[in-house]
Amino acid sequence: MSMVSPLLFLILVPLVAIAFILVGSNARMTALIASVVNLVFVLALFAVYKQGEAPYQFLWSLPVIPSMGIALTLGADGLSLIMLLLAALVTVAAVAVSRTPEKNANWFYASLLFISAGGIGAFASIDLFFFYMFHELALIPTFLLIGIWGSGDRQAAAWKATIYLALGSFVLLLGLIGLYLIQPEGMRTFDLRAIIGMAEAGFLPDGNWVYLLLLIGFGILVSLFPFHTWAPQAYASAPAPAAMLHAGVLKKFGLYGLIRIAAPILPESVAAFSNLLLVLLVGNILYVGYVTISQRKLDWMLGYSSVMHMGYIFLGFAALNTLSLTGASLMLFAHGLSIAALFALSGELRERTGTLDFAELGGFAKPMPAFGLLFGFAAFAAIGLPGFVGFAGELLVFFGSFIGGEPSMGSINGKEIFALNNFQIATICAVWGVVISAVYMLRAYRRVFFGPLNDRWAGLPEISGLTRGAIVTLIVVMLVTGFFPSLLINFLQSASQVWP
Amino acid sequence: MSTLAAPWIILFSPLVAAAVILFVGRFSKPLSAGLAIASAALGCVLSWWMFFQPDPTEPNQFPWIEIGDALRIPIGVTIDHLSKVMLVVVTTIATLVFTYSVGYMKTEEGYWRYFAGLSLFLFSMLGIVLADNFLMMFIFWELVGLSSYILIGHYFKKDAAADASKQAFIVNRVGDFGFLLGILFLWAATGTLMFGELTTSGIAVFSANPVYLTVACVLVFCGTVGKSAQMPLHVWLPNSMEGPTPVSSLLHAATMVAAGVYMLARIFPILEAAPHALDVIAWIGGITCFAAALMATQQDDIKRILAYSTISQLGYMVLGIASAATPDVPMFHLFTHACFKCLLFLCAGSVIVGMHHEQNIWKMGALKNKMPFTFLAMVVGGLALSGCPLFSGYYSKDLIIGWAVVKYPLLGWLSVATAGLTAFYTVRMLAVVFLGKPRDDHAKHAVESPLVMLVPLACLALPSFAAGWPFIEDKFFHIEEAPGVPHILHPILLVLFAVGVMSAFFLYRNADKDPISIPFFANRLYIDDLYNWIVKNIQGGGASVLSWADRWVVDLLIVQVPSKIAWAGGFVLRFLQIGNIQAYAFFFGAGVVGLLYLLIFR
Repeated sequence: MSMVSPLLFLILVPLVAIAFILVGSNARMTALIASVVNLVFVLALFAVYKQGEAPYQFLWSLPVIPSMGIALTLGADGLSLIMLLLAALVTVAAVAVSRTPEKNANWFYASLLFISAGGIGAFASIDLFFFYMFHELALIPTFLLIGIWGSGDRQAAAWKATIYLALGSFVLLLGLIGLYLIQPEGMRTFDLRAIIGMAEAGFLPDGNWVYLLLLIGFGILVSLFPFHTWAPQAYASAPAPAAMLHAGVLKKFGLYGLIRIAAPILPESVAAFSNLLLVLLVGNILYVGYVTISQRKLDWMLGYSSVMHMGYIFLGFAALNTLSLTGASLMLFAHGLSIAALFALSGELRERTGTLDFAELGGFAKPMPAFGLLFGFAAFAAIGLPGFVGFAGELLVFFGSFIGGEPSMGSINGKEIFALNNFQIATICAVWGVVISAVYMLRAYRRVFFGPLNDRWAGLPEISGLTRGAIVTLIVVMLVTGFFPSLLINFLQSASQVWP
Repeated sequence: MSTLAAPWIILFSPLVAAAVILFVGRFSKPLSAGLAIASAALGCVLSWWMFFQPDPTEPNQFPWIEIGDALRIPIGVTIDHLSKVMLVVVTTIATLVFTYSVGYMKTEEGYWRYFAGLSLFLFSMLGIVLADNFLMMFIFWELVGLSSYILIGHYFKKDAAADASKQAFIVNRVGDFGFLLGILFLWAATGTLMFGELTTSGIAVFSANPVYLTVACVLVFCGTVGKSAQMPLHVWLPNSMEGPTPVSSLLHAATMVAAGVYMLARIFPILEAAPHALDVIAWIGGITCFAAALMATQQDDIKRILAYSTISQLGYMVLGIASAATPDVPMFHLFTHACFKCLLFLCAGSVIVGMHHEQNIWKMGALKNKMPFTFLAMVVGGLALSGCPLFSGYYSKDLIIGWAVVKYPLLGWLSVATAGLTAFYTVRMLAVVFLGKPRDDHAKHAVESPLVMLVPLACLALPSFAAGWPFIEDKFFHIEEAPGVPHILHPILLVLFAVGVMSAFFLYRNADKDPISIPFFANRLYIDDLYNWIVKNIQGGGASVLSWADRWVVDLLIVQVPSKIAWAGGFVLRFLQIGNIQAYAFFFGAGVVGLLYLLIFR
């Protein structure tokens, strides 16, 4: 255990930057520097991380309530590193594309950095108490950003998100406390590694009710059907950087938690309730998918599309094998980057036109070819085109979930059996989702960028400067990891040791 | 140069060209075109060189995704007889079409975008040809879909082009839905994605479960139905004619749409083990072949006539896969069709340029004197298409028909009838465009196209004429006649050819408008209208209902009801009356912390 973990540094950089901002240094510049420093730092961690040794590295622990087994324990394995990279990348992009508001600019950038710090803290925590607390703390500035700097019916959107997320957090809290209480007395702890050890030793009987609480709690946070209606409204009202940070980073907390906690600790319970989860996640993919098709505004469509994509990741989690969980982990990363790029671009569009109603837009590839090209890249990345990392993620989810259930077809004991199991049916629905997402994404692209240009939009300025650079960066990362997914998959091997 | 490195150079040089054009193409037109043509020509030279080399035996691949023993997806190349022939066809035709494009696109905007798209297409297409496993093929399969989307949508300011590119991508994804599921089915049963293993040891797994194999093969075939525009997913191909004509020629006639047939040829041994799947393939191919020819007889747009003809010819190839004993039979037709259909489209492009972008054949007429060279080339292509003896199409099409008549008599005779229709619609097009009198000012003042467009025509006219001659065909294929073909078949085909040609010639030679009017064919059997209705009413209507339900049912049940209960409790919503979100955020955080302590220190 090193003296001070570099992970602590990752959390402190944005917090220190917030302090500087609040005492009066240039908010935008400070935020930008802090986020770039963090990104460089995360990349350095990838270089330093030693494959093949203990999965959790950069460990550091500060006992807080020793009697209860609560300690601020930081550590990162390959999956944490990937999530930290996601958080750092999206933070840089979100700060870069921010338009400094006229009022309370310092609080605006401070809120962005606070979300980033919370996300980083959650992904770097091994102690479940702090894992939870970091996420909670990050939610608060999210509500503020929507309620204060949002657009449209922002107060209502902020309230709705608040009620949902508070409810989800509460249920999740009950689940985590339940997980604490089913441990044998005297051994109780919030240390994830210790709990996994207990689960492997068979000390955690009957975790079904705990899993249900975790599923519903995490599920609400990730907009699992039917608890999803807060998300599109919140993202449509949120300022673009807030939508990027929440949809891209913070929302991933729920699925990250399920993969981190439920998969290694409660695999029997996950299997026991797999049919329930399959129904809900098919709701995400098919039901929400078709709702997405009928959206008439770009921001709402993107919000619904992000809800829909959570269905794939849930499918990867539900199937509980190395292929599907690897795919789900890749999709956490891939979806975070693509939705961040899309929300950034739609925010830019709103700044230019004042409306995102498809009926009023059209032909924008003419005045803004680079904008159109970048949107095209991000859109195709989102619908899982090969070459982008999202394709590798979806593919692994499909391969994993197709063999997720009991083998119920093929030749068994010489007898010919041909019937699909529930995982296979869900996989088929999910593969149809790939068609649905092509429909809504290409329809939106066609409405906004193709067709004749209304004279009203003749002078639209091209995308440029930092905004352009930030989005290009996100796209390049998706392409590089899409061409070479083994870059990420190799790091996931450290996390996959505890997967069932 | 080794046969190990050459395929990788062939594959990646167009990708490099596309990337470079993307960044610097806008600064120089000659640079864009030059890079694209150079990469295609390099591939062409290497492909021909490889064609005469022995097949390498060692595997030539790199790992792409490897997850323990559970899944192994490499990126690798297969060099065998099949892929070598296809490489030669694709790179040669691509080089000619790229060159032709310099003339055709001279005055068009988006010049660099066009050549970047073409290069991206060539890369994707070569990936399909070289792929040594199903998943790699699927990856490049999707990428040709992307390049097709980009190129069809080249004139994106036109609503028709924008809609057509979107439709092409989505319809192909519907086919790919089945394709990917088929791959999953085969992989789940055999544990491998490699063509080599699937077609040899893999088949044995299915001996106990033929139903499973049949389902898997039919699903994989869905990919062909989409990509090769077979019914019922054929609708995108005629609409794809909104793209620039060289694109229609290269992608939507000669190479990309043939990828579906190539894929079936690649997995031919698996299909042979699933006779019921072959029946499905035969029926789809046979019906498509006939129905598309019917639709072709009543089209007025020169490119759409050729598009329906392409669908019909692809139907022949698919039928050939199902009925012949070797994939070389349909591959032979793929080969000759690539030459003569590419030629026909490039001729059509020449006509369209001469006509100032008029595509309606009823505005043309008497172009034979204005554009003598184009006329000659198009006649060669037309005769090859309609199966005139000695021309390439005669050999390859009759071969397929022979096999079909033996194995599927009903479909076989349907394809015989199609041969007559083919001669009819081809000569109808030629007669209206080149004979009679000019029907429009453009037709009066049309001029022959520049040399850069005519040279590729000449290069294609030669193989369109001679590629079927047995001593040439021997170099590429190992084929045999179907055993037991009725002796009457070939005379019948000759008579049908003569009847088709003569009737069309005399009907249309001096016609001012179409003397035949069959709205059912002209309106494409109303299939497009049916689909539009389904998309608008079923999908659109259903989605709207769900959207309404999401707002007024799901949202209401999940949010409003609990929130009303909460209101009654007067806890959470008290802060709403304050209307101060910061205050709430503080209480929210504090409450969570408090609750946690309460529960743990209870």
